[in-house]
Amino acid sequence: MAAHLSYGRVNLNVLREAVRRELREFLDKCAGSKAIVWDEYLTGPFGLIAQYSLLKEHEVEKMFTLKGNRLPAADVKNIIFFVRPRLELMDIIAENVLSEDRRGPTRDFHILFVPRRSLLCEQRLKDLGVLGSFIHREEYSLDLIPFDGDLLSMESEGAFKECYLEGDQTSLYHAAKGLMTLQALYGTIPQIFGKGECARQVANMMIRMKREFTGSQNSIFPVFDNLLLLDRNVDLLTPLATQLTYEGLIDEIYGIQNSYVKLPPEKFAPKKQGDGGKDLPTEAKKLQLNSAEELYAEIRDKNFNAVGSVLSKKAKIISAAFEERHNAKTVGEIKQFVSQLPHMQAARGSLANHTSIAELIKDVTTSEDFFDKLTVEQEFMSGIDTDKVNNYIEDCIAQKHSLSKVLRLVCLQSVCNSGLKQKVLDYYKREILQTYGYEHILTLHNLEKAGLLKPQTGGKNNYPTIRKTLRLWMDDVNEQNPTDISYVYSGYAPLSVRLAQLLSRPGWRSIEEVLRILPGPHFEERQPLPTGLQKKRQPGENRVTLIFFLGGVTFAEIAALRFLSQLEDGGTEYVIATTKLMNGTSWIEALMEKPF
Amino acid sequence: MNRTKGDEEEYWNSSKFKAFTFDDEDDELSQLKESKRAVNSLRDFVDDDDDDDLERVSWSGEPVGSISWSIKETAGNSGSTHEGREQLKSRNSFSSYAQLPKPTSTYSLSSFFRGRTRPGSFQSLSDALSDTPAKSYAPELGRPKGEYRDYSNDWSPSDTVRRLRKGKVCSLERFRSLQDKLQLLEEAVSMHDGNVITALSHYREHLNIQDPDKRKEFLKTCVGLPFSAEDSAHIQDHYMLLERQIIIEAIDRHLESAGQTEIFRKHPRKASILNMPLVTTLFYSCFYHYTEAEGTFSSPVNLKKTFKIPDKQYVLTALAARAKLRAWNDVDALFTTKNWLGYTKKRAPIGFHRVVEILHKNNAPVQILQEYVNLVEDVDTKLNLATKFKCHDVVIDTYRDLKDRQQLLAYRSKVDKGSAEEEKIDALLSSSQIRWKN
Repeated sequence: MAAHLSYGRVNLNVLREAVRRELREFLDKCAGSKAIVWDEYLTGPFGLIAQYSLLKEHEVEKMFTLKGNRLPAADVKNIIFFVRPRLELMDIIAENVLSEDRRGPTRDFHILFVPRRSLLCEQRLKDLGVLGSFIHREEYSLDLIPFDGDLLSMESEGAFKECYLEGDQTSLYHAAKGLMTLQALYGTIPQIFGKGECARQVANMMIRMKREFTGSQNSIFPVFDNLLLLDRNVDLLTPLATQLTYEGLIDEIYGIQNSYVKLPPEKFAPKKQGDGGKDLPTEAKKLQLNSAEELYAEIRDKNFNAVGSVLSKKAKIISAAFEERHNAKTVGEIKQFVSQLPHMQAARGSLANHTSIAELIKDVTTSEDFFDKLTVEQEFMSGIDTDKVNNYIEDCIAQKHSLSKVLRLVCLQSVCNSGLKQKVLDYYKREILQTYGYEHILTLHNLEKAGLLKPQTGGKNNYPTIRKTLRLWMDDVNEQNPTDISYVYSGYAPLSVRLAQLLSRPGWRSIEEVLRILPGPHFEERQPLPTGLQKKRQPGENRVTLIFFLGGVTFAEIAALRFLSQLEDGGTEYVIATTKLMNGTSWIEALMEKPF
Repeated sequence: MNRTKGDEEEYWNSSKFKAFTFDDEDDELSQLKESKRAVNSLRDFVDDDDDDDLERVSWSGEPVGSISWSIKETAGNSGSTHEGREQLKSRNSFSSYAQLPKPTSTYSLSSFFRGRTRPGSFQSLSDALSDTPAKSYAPELGRPKGEYRDYSNDWSPSDTVRRLRKGKVCSLERFRSLQDKLQLLEEAVSMHDGNVITALSHYREHLNIQDPDKRKEFLKTCVGLPFSAEDSAHIQDHYMLLERQIIIEAIDRHLESAGQTEIFRKHPRKASILNMPLVTTLFYSCFYHYTEAEGTFSSPVNLKKTFKIPDKQYVLTALAARAKLRAWNDVDALFTTKNWLGYTKKRAPIGFHRVVEILHKNNAPVQILQEYVNLVEDVDTKLNLATKFKCHDVVIDTYRDLKDRQQLLAYRSKVDKGSAEEEKIDALLSSSQIRWKN
């Protein structure tokens, strides 16, 4: 079912099974036939833990999207609302309940809040006069959702904005709860490291929550050796740069949502002879991307420049395998060949898909504009011309390229210069407001508040010190057979991952000076284990580090961490958790102000 | 940034910068093509009724059995479960579902999820402060008390006030001592003390006002709020721009419907100008009101002066608008300056290479393009543009001036056989007047 979740060092299927069990238990509380009314946002994340078949086994006969007015007709005993605790959604639910046809058979209403119940929401339902209509009002602690064998996400879009702009730490609380669930399943994590204000908060919450559980001693042998909590605002740079791994580029260009990507269908049209090219599909081609697909697992973390040769090698192997049929002479040999056919066909389908995707991406990466953009990014990251108005950015504004693209570049320049000179900042602001509309002054303020765009204070640029100490810019990159994490951005080594790498070896004491320049405290906590549970590592056995990105992580950073995990003498394997899988564009867009 | 070609080469070859291209372009491309070919040829061999052995996908692209797919299925079908099961079984032919309308939510949910409650639910500070903490301000969790007390204890006074301002839940339990309470009040007062944040959040409300006149009136109330000096000017401009757009819109809508004005008849407006950005408004006025006297609200020059539009921006926008109308004389005038002796000179604040790009985008004829390519100062840029846009005369003349026989010879193969250009090249190559450098 979800076998790929158990391939990694830590079997994340255990977590998936646990949340599935909880879901079943809730469904069985509402006896009889059911219809589920979905908060649309939840269907994507839920899809990663349960298929419709599971719900059906528990008598879910109908499913609807939550919307105003009356509920669609459904001959069921129970109506269950699956919602996030948002006040606006309560209004819609109340509308549904109130417009229920009273002449029809009476139906039981229930609410399942994901991930927490909210007194404020229940108060709202009470004010609207419908609270009493609900028999079960429960919560479903779906905090961390397993995406892959080494990857967990809360898929909380607003987390960064809430934490860093609004001072709202609700998502940090959910993160801490998610970590408590993980510890309940995989044992207490003996060591906690962290960098940043939010990291500090999450660690504090975890320690307090643990204190309250003192009654029940966790007797599970710990799977994780340590936890590294990292604030996104410790490294604002990395997500702004264009990711250059295969998976990163797919996300940059088409956007990966809950491990699915929608692609233009033209390249996936079945090419059958005599078809004449008619009936081109118009619906976007939707593909699931995860390590369950052997080929994808092999190429997704490679620099895109190294993907072509792998695909062509695979094509040769598969061609050869199909040619084998000519050599099959005996019945036994033919039988053997036929038995391999399904696997070969799957491999062929997979190869066809990724060849098409690679072609689509290549169209973009070989364009003049992509090249120009990348040149500017690389100049900024290596510290060239960051203190004056950039021609390319000016051109982008003049040609009205997308605002998110322009903001990404301006923010990158600002971050790589520890803030822009006031004159430069004012110039960009004016150009942006005149070209894209004055209302974006709100967005610019948000970016300033998040530290992404700011005037240089004190005239000091710290970036060169950080860059040199952490070796963020590497001159010799091997994209085909990488020797350093900088391959994921063809030269730039993601700051966040460098911090993780240096923590594992030789330790953060070697970079105290830089840690002090980066925002927020850095700290270490220990969670004592009873002697029986203390781990004695075998020689050569790698440590397992859970690294939690508070405020989001990019696929390129994940690729860099996987690269470190696979190093023979790396010593550490990583499991990655985050509040949201994101890229520079989705990040900037979440910070834009829109009408509500 | 004006690096010469030589500099640039060195710059790239110094290996400091990684250009993002395939190492061996042709080889890589052929590899992709090869694998594509291999894959395609295999299709003929294997009898495939379905390309996707990896996953089963419904007509809409949703994986079959996934939740979002099932919502569509079960919502669209009001039959019994048995029927539903049959549909699941027979899903191999996707086409049968294609007719089902996709249920679309009439509510744009995402618009709600911007992390703010609506104005109606705004919790006034005084309400929040006077309320007893145990009542409705308990944290939004259904957990034992001890647990959330710790959680909420993490709020500092400023965090707490910020949450209250946003109408979010938080506990005031921890602010017990007089000192704590004073600190909390102080924080609250400072937040409401007409500071920049408050001015901005007031300004933000305009986004929710649809009616242009009401929006304008609202923006008027924002002018004079305590923004930073820089922002203050922008807010003022925002108000003035909308005010002006309302006037222009009223007049132009009338002109267009009257049908007497040629420009509106030939080029009907695609959308209203209301709420468009400044540069878009300038483009509009360069398109429809180019020749108007400076005194009118819709005159481009008036816009330029009122909103202090930089020269570069103005020229770019006017050029794009006039080129779109193929008004080449206007384009010409845009770059013509007279000195005090009456001599004319061509000058472009944006650089003639940009002029050429914009003209080309607007399908300018070769004669026009040629004229401006010739004005590009940097020889390499000029040659590049001339070659790219097939301005043969410019290319040929430039190689002649450079006395570059080899290049001219090479270019001969790029022009049509028997064309005037070919003749011109041949004449030059056989000329004894030129002292070729190669």
